[in-house]
Amino acid sequence: MLITVTINGKKYSDDITPDLVLLDYLRQKGCYSVKRGCETSNCGLCTVHLDGKPILSCSYLAARADGHAVTTLEGLQEEAAEFGAFLADQGGEQCGFCSPGFIMNVLAMVRELKNPTEAEIQEYLSGNLCRCTGYQSQLRAVKNYLAHKQEVQP
Amino acid sequence: MFTAQQYVKAATLEEAYTLNQKRNNVVIGGGCWMKMNHRRYQTLIDLSGLGLDIIEETPEEFVLGAMVTLRQMETDEALKNTFGNGFYEMTRHIVGVQFRNCATLGGSLYSRFGFSDILTFLLALDCEVELAHAGRLPLAEYAQMPYDRDILAKVHILKNGRRAAYESFRQTATDIPVLTCAASVLNDTLRVVVGARPMRAICMEFPFPETEEAMEEICRKVQETVSFGSNLRGSGEYRRRLAGVLCRRAICSLKEDAVC
Repeated sequence: MLITVTINGKKYSDDITPDLVLLDYLRQKGCYSVKRGCETSNCGLCTVHLDGKPILSCSYLAARADGHAVTTLEGLQEEAAEFGAFLADQGGEQCGFCSPGFIMNVLAMVRELKNPTEAEIQEYLSGNLCRCTGYQSQLRAVKNYLAHKQEVQP
Repeated sequence: MFTAQQYVKAATLEEAYTLNQKRNNVVIGGGCWMKMNHRRYQTLIDLSGLGLDIIEETPEEFVLGAMVTLRQMETDEALKNTFGNGFYEMTRHIVGVQFRNCATLGGSLYSRFGFSDILTFLLALDCEVELAHAGRLPLAEYAQMPYDRDILAKVHILKNGRRAAYESFRQTATDIPVLTCAASVLNDTLRVVVGARPMRAICMEFPFPETEEAMEEICRKVQETVSFGSNLRGSGEYRRRLAGVLCRRAICSLKEDAVC
């Protein structure tokens, strides 16, 4: 079946199989930041934005993305690098495998929530599992990043 | 992951219904749970082009399309203004925001999962489901029906002043619940719903308890009447104990305030 999807601002038309998940389609298109993790819709590694909202690309059929805009980490490199620096400062990435999905969800949160509390941050990011850090360094990084954003754009 | 030969974005509900009569065809909701099976389908039927992803409010009721996501219900201001934090509490523990942006109301209710937060809370409200062919019927009736090939199109939630509270218990955050419990009150009648038993949620009604003793008596009755099963998340006896605790918390929320 033929689909047309906008990926990181560029339009693609492709003939795909009906059961192809968005994760595999995006990786076929060279978006290797999108990682396959648990495959049980739990870990958040495969997070991408669909029309600006974070979704699990491992659970979303590519066919359903027809006519929609998908953004991966490759499409948000500047913002991702900015937050990535805060993450690195706090030792918030160790093996780094969960980082692309985590960063995508943090960037979605920043757009959706105004001045989130610590509890709201934890709740929003609860769908991103990390087996290395214990989450505290990531939480510090997010709080520092939000404080920085407040300073820059009050 | 399942496989499929064909994908049809239905243009009408009737088309979707007709396609769904074939045994090897299936309606795809959010797909989050369905992806876990390894079946081979002929045709995937997608309802996302039917405008069923909208929450509508009328003076008498809310009408939620089957493709409304869990996240939409979690963040909808009109639902919050009418039912307090119930919809938020029902959804916020379910995996993560990304998952809740995919999973749909229709998928959750049609599946009638034994662990469902959604089914538990909605049974505490006055809901009807609207099926493509069978029309409208109470959610409580639908919850007990065997799976058939009709299509769940909408859910109607009556705005009748019923107040409701929701409680759940999980071993770890974002996990499937060990037990869920909702309580609601209308005209001095208390409705208690217990789910994740780990069987389909079940409803009971009692006179609203005015005293501490009456509340304890209701909790005891719930523990004695409801059947509980065991699985890797907890034994039946553990769930029975937990049911008393969650039931008490939910009733306390109703007594303390207003809308929980």
